Amino acid sequence: MPLDRQQIEHIASLARIGLTDEEIELFRQQLSHILEQFEILDELDTTGIQPTGHAVDLRGVLREDEAQDSLTSEDTLRNAPRREGDFIRVKAVLEE
Amino acid sequence: MLPGLPLTIHDASGRLARRDLSSIELTEACLEQIQQREDRIKAFVTVTPELARRQAAEADLRIAQGDAGPLTGVPMQIKDLICTKGVATSCSSRMLEDYVPVYDATVASRLFEQGAVLLGKGNMDEFGMGSSCENSAFFPTRNPWDVERVPGGSSGGGAAAVASGEAVYALGSDTGGSIRQPSAMCGTVGLKPTYGLVSRYGLIAYASSLDQIGPITQDVTDSALVLNAIAGPDPKDSTCLNLQVPDMTSGLGGSSSAPLAAAGDASAIRLGVPEEYFVDGMETGVREAVQKAIDTLESLGAAVEPVSLPTTRYALACYYIIAPSECSANLARYDGVKYGYSFQDTDDMWEAMEQTRRNGFGPEVKRRIMLGAYALSAGYYDAYYLKAQQVRTLIRQEFQQVFQRVDALVTPTSPVVAFPLGSKTGNPVEMYLIDVCTLPVNIAGLPAISVPCGFSQGLPVGLQLIGPHLSEQRLLRIAYAYEQATSWHEARPAG
Repeated sequence: MPLDRQQIEHIASLARIGLTDEEIELFRQQLSHILEQFEILDELDTTGIQPTGHAVDLRGVLREDEAQDSLTSEDTLRNAPRREGDFIRVKAVLEE
Repeated sequence: MLPGLPLTIHDASGRLARRDLSSIELTEACLEQIQQREDRIKAFVTVTPELARRQAAEADLRIAQGDAGPLTGVPMQIKDLICTKGVATSCSSRMLEDYVPVYDATVASRLFEQGAVLLGKGNMDEFGMGSSCENSAFFPTRNPWDVERVPGGSSGGGAAAVASGEAVYALGSDTGGSIRQPSAMCGTVGLKPTYGLVSRYGLIAYASSLDQIGPITQDVTDSALVLNAIAGPDPKDSTCLNLQVPDMTSGLGGSSSAPLAAAGDASAIRLGVPEEYFVDGMETGVREAVQKAIDTLESLGAAVEPVSLPTTRYALACYYIIAPSECSANLARYDGVKYGYSFQDTDDMWEAMEQTRRNGFGPEVKRRIMLGAYALSAGYYDAYYLKAQQVRTLIRQEFQQVFQRVDALVTPTSPVVAFPLGSKTGNPVEMYLIDVCTLPVNIAGLPAISVPCGFSQGLPVGLQLIGPHLSEQRLLRIAYAYEQATSWHEARPAG
């Protein structure tokens, strides 16, 4: 089932990616084509099959809660696009 | 260039130990090779000559003090999605173009503790997403065997650097074939370890349940040496297996005319050839080279039998649901706030975020984020993501069953040799199909190695050996026996 423009715009808003009109049309075609390839999975009956999230079974890996050195705040902030003192400066989050 | 170069790790390490060569000399030789070849090959995003010279001088000191390991003083390249403290790590993306990590990935710090010399960071498809290195936001890497062709991807920079003698070895990462496929296309040895054998701490994530770091080397012995250095438990990665790693070089060496045959009470190595990996559209020259390699393995004493893995045909769809889903979650962190590229030309927070991601990501990354966001979205989760995870179980079980009958599987690594630049960029699905023989391995978390096994159209062909979880020693031993019986790994591109 091919995707329509509205669906592409919805996915883009979920993923927070701004798209141009041309990109919306290109992705509409390409994603529709890719989704068509996925239909092959309908051939397989997966009723009652447990899903695999990780290929290696590992659960509840715990370690002792011991204090260790961590990054300095200077290092932590080193790559921040905008900072003010020891803070990262962001755009207003709450509307007025 | 120094006479006798390029050198493997084990040759270099022998000469360094005999003081017949210094790490400074070897490092300068690699830097000179980079100087001469980089214009055409473009395997490096960043070259670090000053750091390399400093590390080489330190390595020479360690060697003089008798404190050297097999990797001490040997120059290498690290893929540009593995964090290196103080050295830019871009993932070949505009998003991280100016990102300089403040810590080393575990694999990087393990190499540095051994006295390794970093020549620079390897070009790649952006965030590891691609099969040709053409998705680098900066420039494509070219194949040293024919610069009009791709080196494969996503670790194309690593395979091209090793094949062209710019680096002795490289670290790559493999999510769906990104170490093995470029190794096949450039004539190098590429090993994708069992999921969890090597720490992913400091590996910038693409698809966390599939990603694994591994070596790209000139031969099998080097592959074992690098794996020895990087494998093993890491408290900083909870998915890293807590087990004692055996010496990967044990079982290599020795000379027997039938090394894979029954010895004493041990039975011969049993190899399965899955018909499903010899796909329609496979290049004739690749098919012939792989068939000859299988014959060679048989002549070395292996028992070869056809096997069938019917779920193979579902692996591509399964992978292209799971990997983009994990990608869309992992790459949500690039919001322009904490690090990376940040669009500032607005007061609106959401607009800033959308423009940051629009300008910072290339087309393939956007495509996969969109695909993943769709597969995970309300109303589609069960039909796509859950279904793919169930199919993942079936693929895993099928491998488990076949490994009760055989010790390893033999397949082509890629159905085609290196293709011309630009020839597949217009059609994403056609590009995805290149990895049809490598993706099932990541889905099941298995180890696999690609070794050179001949040429088609004058370009390298790769043979893939796949084993059950934690069978690296066995795979290396089979690959080594094959390598001893052939000379493909010694072939070098001209120029």
